[in-house]
Amino acid sequence: MKLSEIVQTLDLSVKTAPDHLDVEVTKGYISDMLSDVMGNAEEGSLWITIQKHQNIVAVAVMKSLAGIVLVKSREPDEDTVQKAEHEEVVILSTPMGAFELAGKLSNLGIMGD
Amino acid sequence: MDAKQARIQELLYELKVTDVMRAGAITTRPDQTMTEFRRIMRKHRISGTPVVENDLVVGMITIADLIEFLAAGEADCQIRFKMTPNPECLCSDQFMVHAIRQFDASGYGRYPVVDRQSRKLVGILTKGIIIEGMLSKMAHALKEEEIRQYRASHIFEDINAEYKELYLTYEVVGKDFDRAGQASTSMKRNLKRLGIQPDIIHRLAIASYEAEMNTVLYSDGGVMEFRIAPEEISLRIRDHGPGIEDIEKAMQPGWSAAADWVRELGFGAGMGIPNIKKCADKMDLQSIPGVGTTLNIRIFTGNSDQTKSVQERNTQDSRAK
Ligand SMILES: Nc1ncnc2c1ncn2[C@@H]1O[C@H](COP(=O)(O)OP(=O)(O)OP(=O)(O)O)[C@@H](O)[C@H]1O
Ligand SMILES: [Mg+2]
Repeated sequence: MKLSEIVQTLDLSVKTAPDHLDVEVTKGYISDMLSDVMGNAEEGSLWITIQKHQNIVAVAVMKSLAGIVLVKSREPDEDTVQKAEHEEVVILSTPMGAFELAGKLSNLGIMGD
Repeated sequence: MDAKQARIQELLYELKVTDVMRAGAITTRPDQTMTEFRRIMRKHRISGTPVVENDLVVGMITIADLIEFLAAGEADCQIRFKMTPNPECLCSDQFMVHAIRQFDASGYGRYPVVDRQSRKLVGILTKGIIIEGMLSKMAHALKEEEIRQYRASHIFEDINAEYKELYLTYEVVGKDFDRAGQASTSMKRNLKRLGIQPDIIHRLAIASYEAEMNTVLYSDGGVMEFRIAPEEISLRIRDHGPGIEDIEKAMQPGWSAAADWVRELGFGAGMGIPNIKKCADKMDLQSIPGVGTTLNIRIFTGNSDQTKSVQERNTQDSRAK
């Protein structure tokens, strides 16, 4: 499923790189530990987290993730936004919690590892 | 895909008539008879030919002319009386874009192709030949694109030297959170440009990032040195201390001495070094408390290299030390 469809269907707000929503989301991964994501998330995954500091951008780049969703209405830090725009990493935000969001994503057919 | 489409567009503007036309077209002479022309058409399954005298195009004769001739029931005669004399020709050095426009404008199905200087016939172009020719050129061009990528990934094979290696060095500033991860991010981009295999890039990216973050978080800064050679990519990261007290423990999955503020940022799962180990073919972590830590990571590319590499000599040297 395309990231743009997910954004529309689940009413996620796009915080960065709105021109890069035309990517295929293969899987989802929830974690707030960066090295867990580095070690275990698969390429093309949508990453759900509460971390909002700029290092999440590097992780998304290094792992070629489809995008990052900040849950619980977390807003990305300002330098996170800058980096993400520069590296063309999509950051989304939603009032939903990780559990609820994951449930909705799996209803859309996005699975975990 | 975008690159491919762009390439196809480019191609239309790059190709000349000579690249696409059929050279050595079947021709007739003005003194041959219409009966002979009919036989030639049957034999070669073509619907027309340029009429040539002394290598110069003097006319075009087509199936339409033959039908008209047969319908009239006239006695056999020379082609010269039935052909279209002095037909429009294309020049071999014209660009295909223009040739195609000429086809469209005139409605003709075939054009003789002549050399601009000598005006001698060099080939023929029909709509069928255009389609066939363009398709095969496109296939060829796309293959060229692949060859380019192949070349990039074999840059070391194309450059001649006894020892070939590329060193890229980055400074890592300790506790500088703003720049943390930058070296690894640019390195990933570099490796992509060099056309390194994606799975190798992927593994190196993970190892490099974890190592860089550890250096930023736990050390007073250091230097990352990447070495790219045909047979392997390696990373040596040396920091200025304070070093690791218990290496055994630091290597254990789940073990972390990260401070609270570091954990809050999502570090400190104790998975960094295990991740590096998983991604590297060879990993070596050395630390002298109070002095510093050195981490060596090697990932083999699977490209065998006949010439003995500098790395091999280095390892021999260091073993000797
Ligand atoms: N360059 C270094 N200098 C000093 N100590 C280090 C260095 N690298 C690692 N360590 C120590 O080794 C421990 C384990 O490192 P490792 O990367 O495996 O996990 P972590 O960094 O604690 O957590 P994670 O990487 O999962 O975020 C660290 O907590 C740190 O105490
Ligand atoms: Mg670590």
